[in-house]
Amino acid sequence: MKRRDFLYLTGMGTTAAMLSAIPGMGRPIAPERALETVDVALKKQMADVALNAARAKGATYTDVRIGRYLNQFVITREDKVQNIVNTESYGLGVRVVAQGGWGFAATDKLDKDSIAKAAELAVAIAKENSRLLTEPVQLAPQKGYGEVSWKAPIEKNAFEVPIKEKVDLLLGVNAEAMKGGADYINSFLFMVNEQKYFASSDGSYIDQDIHRIWPTFFITKIDAATGKFETRNALSAPMGMGYEYLYARPQDKIQGVTTLYKGRYDMLEDAKAGAKQAGEKIKAKSVEPGKYDLILDPSHLWLTIHESTGHPTELDRVLGYEANFAGTSFLTLDKWESKKFNYGSKLVNIVADKTQVGSLGAVGYDDEGVKCGQWDVIKDGTLVSYQAIRDQAHILGLPASQGCCYADNWSSVQFQRMANISLQPGKEKKSIDDLIKGVQKGIYIIGDGSFSIDQQRYNFQFGGQLYYEIKDGKIVGALKDVAYQSNTQEFWNSCVGIADQSDYRLGGSFFDGKGQPQQVSAVSHGSSTTRFNGVNVINTSRKIG
Amino acid sequence: MPLLTQDEAQALLKKVLSYSKADECEINLTGTITGNIRYARNSVSTSGGISTNTLVVSSAYGKKLGVATINEFDDASLEKVVRRAEELAKLAPENPEFVSFLGPQKYAEPVMFVPATAAITPKQRADAVAQSLQVAKDTKTVAAGFMEDTTTMNAMMNSKGLFAYNTSTGVNFSITMRTEDGKGSGYATRGYNDFTKLDTKKASQIAADKGLKSATARAIEPGKYTVILEPAAAAVLLENIFFGLDARQADEGRSFLSQPGGKTRLGEKLVDERVNMYSDPLNPELPTSTWAGDGRPQEKVSWIEKGVIKNLTYSRYWAEKKGVKAIPGPDGVIMEGGTKSLEELIKGTKKGILVTRLWYIRPVDPQTLLLTGLTRDGTFYIENGEIKFPIKNFRFNESPVIMLNNLEELGKVERTVSVESNVNYLIPPMKIRDFTFSSLSDAV
Repeated sequence: MKRRDFLYLTGMGTTAAMLSAIPGMGRPIAPERALETVDVALKKQMADVALNAARAKGATYTDVRIGRYLNQFVITREDKVQNIVNTESYGLGVRVVAQGGWGFAATDKLDKDSIAKAAELAVAIAKENSRLLTEPVQLAPQKGYGEVSWKAPIEKNAFEVPIKEKVDLLLGVNAEAMKGGADYINSFLFMVNEQKYFASSDGSYIDQDIHRIWPTFFITKIDAATGKFETRNALSAPMGMGYEYLYARPQDKIQGVTTLYKGRYDMLEDAKAGAKQAGEKIKAKSVEPGKYDLILDPSHLWLTIHESTGHPTELDRVLGYEANFAGTSFLTLDKWESKKFNYGSKLVNIVADKTQVGSLGAVGYDDEGVKCGQWDVIKDGTLVSYQAIRDQAHILGLPASQGCCYADNWSSVQFQRMANISLQPGKEKKSIDDLIKGVQKGIYIIGDGSFSIDQQRYNFQFGGQLYYEIKDGKIVGALKDVAYQSNTQEFWNSCVGIADQSDYRLGGSFFDGKGQPQQVSAVSHGSSTTRFNGVNVINTSRKIG
Repeated sequence: MPLLTQDEAQALLKKVLSYSKADECEINLTGTITGNIRYARNSVSTSGGISTNTLVVSSAYGKKLGVATINEFDDASLEKVVRRAEELAKLAPENPEFVSFLGPQKYAEPVMFVPATAAITPKQRADAVAQSLQVAKDTKTVAAGFMEDTTTMNAMMNSKGLFAYNTSTGVNFSITMRTEDGKGSGYATRGYNDFTKLDTKKASQIAADKGLKSATARAIEPGKYTVILEPAAAAVLLENIFFGLDARQADEGRSFLSQPGGKTRLGEKLVDERVNMYSDPLNPELPTSTWAGDGRPQEKVSWIEKGVIKNLTYSRYWAEKKGVKAIPGPDGVIMEGGTKSLEELIKGTKKGILVTRLWYIRPVDPQTLLLTGLTRDGTFYIENGEIKFPIKNFRFNESPVIMLNNLEELGKVERTVSVESNVNYLIPPMKIRDFTFSSLSDAV
C-alpha cells in the first residue's frame, strides 16, 4: 500500500468499495474465512508444477511463493463505526533466472495450466530482458531445507477475536477521549496474517504463518476562541504479535510524565492521557529555537533509527537500484571497506535481527528461502555491514545471503527490504530519570510525528507527539512547535547516553514504502531512551491568511 | 479477460443486479491491465505485467451496508457475491452516515482512452528503455528509471437506475541520470494518456544534462531565496492544497481552511490574485473521468479563482447535512499560467535558485499546511538571468499557502507527475520570492 493509499484509508468516510481500489489489498471476505488455511500438501503440488514448468523452459533457478494475505481493519470515529473490512489476497508468484536475467510472473488462477503458464511467462520475460543486462545475476549459494515450517509465537490469534469485542474496545477508547475533552478522535485496529509458502529449485519447501497488529488513534483538540488545534496520536507500536498486545499488565507500563508501554499496550489509558495532553499542547509554550540536548523515547527514536540507519544500510540503495525513487545512500562501499568509518559515538551499536520475538520483521526464512538470523551493522560506532540478499552477497564477499528478501504480496516481485534494525541498550545501569538528571537545557520527546530525510540519508527533520522542556535536570513544562534537524553522522556522534536493557522497547512501521511499483513492508526498531547533545531545534509555528 | 465494452459491461451488471434482494444494491466493475519496466545501473532490473478484473457489490438494508468482491464471472459466482454482500449487510452495525445510492445521472463523454497506449507490447516497453539506456551510454551517465502503462475500464450500476462506464489509458515515466562518480544527479518525469507522446530519449537527455551540470555543486547559505520551481517540484507542494479541500475537515475546525467559531475560508482570498486553479474532466491535455466512484458527475469546477477559495469538496453525507451541492474531489487539477517558458523565467531573474525536484514532502503543521522536504536532482544558482553554478541541496520548511502569497511570476503550463502521489497535473513553472530553505544537505 502506498502512503497516499494509507492516508486515503484512514481518511474520512472510507468505504470497503474504495479499499478494493488499493492494489495488494485483496478482496473482502467474511471474517470466519480468515481462520481457514490451505493444505500444505496442495501448496507443494502447485509449487512443483511451477518449478517443473520453469525448468523445462530453460530456467537455471526458480522460486515460487504461494501467499494468502489476510487483513482485518476496524475503523471508527467518536461514537460511530465507519468501516469493518476483511480482505484476502491469494495467489502464486514465480521468479526465475534464465539467460542470466530475472523474470517474474504471477497468477491468482491456481489450476495447473495457469501456474505452468505463469512460470513460462516468467522465463520469457527473463529472456526478453537479458538483452538489456550488463552482467548476469550471481546468486549466493543456498542449501535446500526440505519441508520445514515456522509459526510466529503468538498467544491469541487476532482473527479469532469477535468483531464485536474490537468494536467495543475502539468505541470505549473514543468515549474515554471525548470524556477527557477531545473534540474528535479517529481510532483504528489493523490486523494482518501472512500465510506464506516458499519453494525453490534449491530444494526448499517452507510454510510460514506470520501475524501483525496495530491499534492506533488520532485525537484532535480545538481551542474555540482562537481556532488553533493540536493533535495527539497513540503511543502504541505496531507489533508482530497477536491480540495479546492489547491485554496490558502492570509490568508492561513505565510510569513517568506519561505512561509508556513495553510489549503490551493499554489503549484505553493512553486515550485518556492523550485527550488531556492534546489540551495541554494548546496551552504549551512555543519552543525557543536553538541547540538543545535531546532525550528521545523509544516511541520516537524508532523512526529516526529507521530513516537514518535502516535505509542507508540497505545494500540495494548503496548500489543504486533505488536511485530513481527512494534514493541512494551516503554509506558507500568505500566507507565500509575502510573498516573505520565513524558512523556514531562509541556507544552506538546497531544490530540487524530478523528473529526478534514480537517484532514486525520476524520470520523463520526470508522470501528467497534463506534462514534468518542477526548481525552487527554498526559496531562501537563503526560501519561494519549492510543488509543484503542472495544476488548481492558476493559484493560484500559474504558466503551467504543475510536473509533480507521480502515481497508484500504473491503478485509482487521480492527484493531487498529492511531487517529489524535496533540500537542496543546501554551496558551500564541507567534509567530515563538518570538521563534527564544530567541535562541542563534540553527537550524530552515522546512519540513519532513529522519526518523527512534526504535521498542519501544525510539531512533529516523529525517532530514528535509530546515535548517536555528540561532545565537543570528537571522537567519544567510542556512545549509545542518543536522539530529537530541534524545530519546523520553528526547526530549519532552526539549520542552520549543510552538507558539500560530494562527500558528497551520496540517501535515500528506498518507501511514502509519502497520500490517501483511501490511495495510496503513492516519492520520494527528497538531502543532504550537515549540522549543526544547539542541538536538544532527549530520552531514550526507559522501564520497564514 | 480482455476489458469489457460498454454493452458487455451493462449486460453483466444488469445480470448481477437481478440477483439482488436488498433494499438497495450498487455494483462497481473495474478491469485493469498494467505493464511496467524498471531499470537501474544501466540494466533492466525488473519488469512485469498484471491483469485484474474486480466486481464490487454493495448491498444495503436501511442504513446497514455490506460489501463483497469477486474476480470470477460465472453466473454461480456472481449470485454468490450478491448473497455474500447481503449477509454482511445484515451483520453490519447501522451507519448513521449512510446515504441512499444516487439515481440516474447525465455524464459528458470521457476522452481519456488512447488506443495506442492500450496496444503497447513488451517489445515497445523494452525499446523505450533501450533509448534511455543509449543516452546513458552516450553521456557516460548511470541511468535508473521506471515506466508504467495502464489501461482501465470502469463501470457501475445500481438499483436506482444509475449506469456509468468509461475507459482510460495512461503512461508515467521517470528517469534519474547520475554521473559515474556519484557527484551529479538529474531527473525528468513525464505523464501522458497517449504513449506515442512519450519521448524517453528526450526526457533522458534532459536528466543527463542536469546530472552532468550539477556535478560540481557549491554550498550556499540557507535562508530565504527567490526560487523557480519547475512543474514537477511545484506539484508535490500544491497537491497538499488539492488533497486538503475537504469541507468536513474545514467545518470541523481541523484544516488550514478552518476559521475560529466553526467558520471556513470558503469565499475568502487566501493566495495571490493571479492564482487560478480548477479541474475539468474534458481538458484535452489532462482528461479525467466524467464521474466519481459513487456515480456523481465530475464537472468543471473552479477551486481557487483570483486567489479566492471558490469551492470545497463534499461527501454526499456532509453535503446533505449542510444543504449544499455535493461536489466530489477532483481527479486532476489545472493551475493557470502565463506565456513564458522556463528559460524566459530564468532570464528575468536577478538572483534565485532553480529547483528541478522536491523530495520526501511531509506535513509539519496541518493548521498552516507547513511542509518540509528537500531539493533533489538538479538545483542551480541563477544570477543576472543566467544559471551560474550548481548548488548543494537544501531542506525547506514552507507552506504552499504562504508560497502562493509570495508569487512573482507564472510560466507556461505543462503536464507533470507528482513523485509523491503519481497523480498527473497541469501546472506552470513558477517564480516565488522568500522561499524558506532551513538547512543544507550533502545528498546528491
